[in-house]
Amino acid sequence: MLKEREVNPIPSVLVDRPTHYCPGCHHGTAHRIVAECLEDMGLVEKTICVSSIGCSVFIYNYLNVDSVEAPHGRAPAVATGVKRARPDNFVFAYQGDGDLASIGMAEIMHCANRGERVSIIFVNNTVYGMTGGQMAPTTLIGQKTTTCPGGRCREREGLPIRMAEIIATLGGVVYSERVAVDTVKNQVRAKKAVRRAFEIQEKGLGFSFVEFLAACPTNWRMTPVQANERIANEMIPYFPLGVFKDISKELEATC
Amino acid sequence: MPRVVFRDERCKGCLLCTTVCPKTIIIQSSRFNQQGYKVAEIPEASAQECTGCASCARICPDFAIRVFVEEKPAKSKAQAKA
Amino acid sequence: MPKGSERIFVKGNEAICHGALAAGCRCFFGYPITPQNDIPEFLSKALPDAGGEFVQAESEVAAANMLLGAAACGVRAMTSSSSPGISLKQEAISYMAGSQLPAVVVNMSRGGPGLGDIGPSQGDYFQATRGGGHGDYRLLVLAPATCQEAYDHVILAFDLAFKYRNPVMVLGDAILGQMKEPVALRKPRPAKDKADAWCLSGAKGRDSRLLKSLYLEEGALAEHNRQLQKKYQAMQREIRYEAYETADADLVVCAFGSIGRIAKSAVRTLRAKGKKVGLFRPITLYPFPEAALRALAQQGKRFLTIEHNLGQMVEDVRLSVRGLADSDFHCVYPGDLPSPDDFVRPIAKSLGS
Repeated sequence: MLKEREVNPIPSVLVDRPTHYCPGCHHGTAHRIVAECLEDMGLVEKTICVSSIGCSVFIYNYLNVDSVEAPHGRAPAVATGVKRARPDNFVFAYQGDGDLASIGMAEIMHCANRGERVSIIFVNNTVYGMTGGQMAPTTLIGQKTTTCPGGRCREREGLPIRMAEIIATLGGVVYSERVAVDTVKNQVRAKKAVRRAFEIQEKGLGFSFVEFLAACPTNWRMTPVQANERIANEMIPYFPLGVFKDISKELEATC
Repeated sequence: MPRVVFRDERCKGCLLCTTVCPKTIIIQSSRFNQQGYKVAEIPEASAQECTGCASCARICPDFAIRVFVEEKPAKSKAQAKA
Repeated sequence: MPKGSERIFVKGNEAICHGALAAGCRCFFGYPITPQNDIPEFLSKALPDAGGEFVQAESEVAAANMLLGAAACGVRAMTSSSSPGISLKQEAISYMAGSQLPAVVVNMSRGGPGLGDIGPSQGDYFQATRGGGHGDYRLLVLAPATCQEAYDHVILAFDLAFKYRNPVMVLGDAILGQMKEPVALRKPRPAKDKADAWCLSGAKGRDSRLLKSLYLEEGALAEHNRQLQKKYQAMQREIRYEAYETADADLVVCAFGSIGRIAKSAVRTLRAKGKKVGLFRPITLYPFPEAALRALAQQGKRFLTIEHNLGQMVEDVRLSVRGLADSDFHCVYPGDLPSPDDFVRPIAKSLGS
């Protein structure tokens, strides 16, 4: 009788319970990638997770690690306080586009610029999900949301913000990449990015940032499959995937 | 033969799994789970076409799919020499 | 002053820094705002020299949230600001109270509302004693009147913060922050914070912990609030006040902080003239020394509250003595600077009538 092994088993740090996320929401996927990296790298027991405000406020229900809840937008500041208090712990924050790019813009910019040794996972689905689909800083031109019902218009609302690129311009940043999880190929790349980001913190090199392009079928008024296709069709052309900054090798060489 | 387990009670009927299967053997079933979602499945007839790539398990945002493959037996010294 | 202790001659702001260092403060997160800039400036060198962490944050909001993060780790941490900056911190303070995190917040008040001025005031009494942010929570509030008290109260603030797992505010003003006085330093008893029982440190060899203030399940938030109220009841044990010449006083002047000190001078002046006046100076503004005031009211005494605002603590004085007495009120307007002479006539007037 041949033995069986599970392909890509579910990491044990992920709590085995149904999630509250909508069908086709990519938070579950992103959580899994984070969980896999924490486990692969043996970080689970020293991790402190900073949750933010949005659909993902409940990440602490799904990851079995020490966690603290941060006010809206402030997770990078809370993460700074955590890491300064406990520099030997592994600290990451997980934020959505409203949390990070709107109310939290100052906190993410300065946490990044100071080069705090934390890792930020940014999940960009171009809307405020939890509160019912309002316009976000990353909403695309022409995209209809509940607070721009005619579609985002450049003259009134300005243009969507490309965070991975902006973060890459800041001095303290070691690593900034944008990834997607709409295909298995993209997921594999996403996991590599998160792994690299976490390694950069572990090596004490500085600040790392990974932006995930994600779907929100409910607030996009699409089926999960249609929403998943929108990632490639509409989002990637405006928010290109790729590494926007990586000075980790130079820093490692000088350490 | 690879074995795919669909955890019906976790499935939210998003059908992303149906888009990534290289053999396109995953379909939406006619069954509803407790939450009211129509769950995905591999019909019995197509099961043997599964290659165990686990793309479905990777794409599933709800960890509802588990894929098991047979462990290749380690070659014995005698076999290796032959 | 205790013999043998080192004495330094410093501004109130610096006394606060020395208190923090003596208390074993490991992290400070601050932002520039007059009149407390000496605090981040001093700690920017002194704290790293002592092996701690100093961050000049991008805003008072960010500093308060950094404080939340450090507090969640069970580490002694502090922030300081002045009135408008304290307003910015309110959301984080509410979260810290809701998550039951120990932290010290120093407010060196200035004139308000809005941008106000850079001089002293006591206009933040309501904000300090009524929680300040949203929801039913309270901070322990200490109101030093001298540089020595500023030093001592910061040490006390850390101990109380960890004793009750609650944010504690040290409420000073621009007078206290900028005036120089001798301060006797001391080595406090080692802290018994017992933070290991609840803080975040990485879930090694134990269940993971969650520090949050969100309670969505039916009945959960009500139960959480019940627990918080129980804690605030227990905090009533920490009441502190100074009663000066109140025993045979006909009129008791109620004042806190710098104004309490100035009023004390006025009371001394009047006592020298044979007037029977006394001073009641709350040191904890929350919990408010209600019972002690009430006891004075039961003896038939009358009250005059003097504050550097338009009438805030006077409400608590009136509540304390309700049914037995009332309190007159004399205010110094934020923007004006008080002197003892300014108080002698109003005190005499209240005494006379």
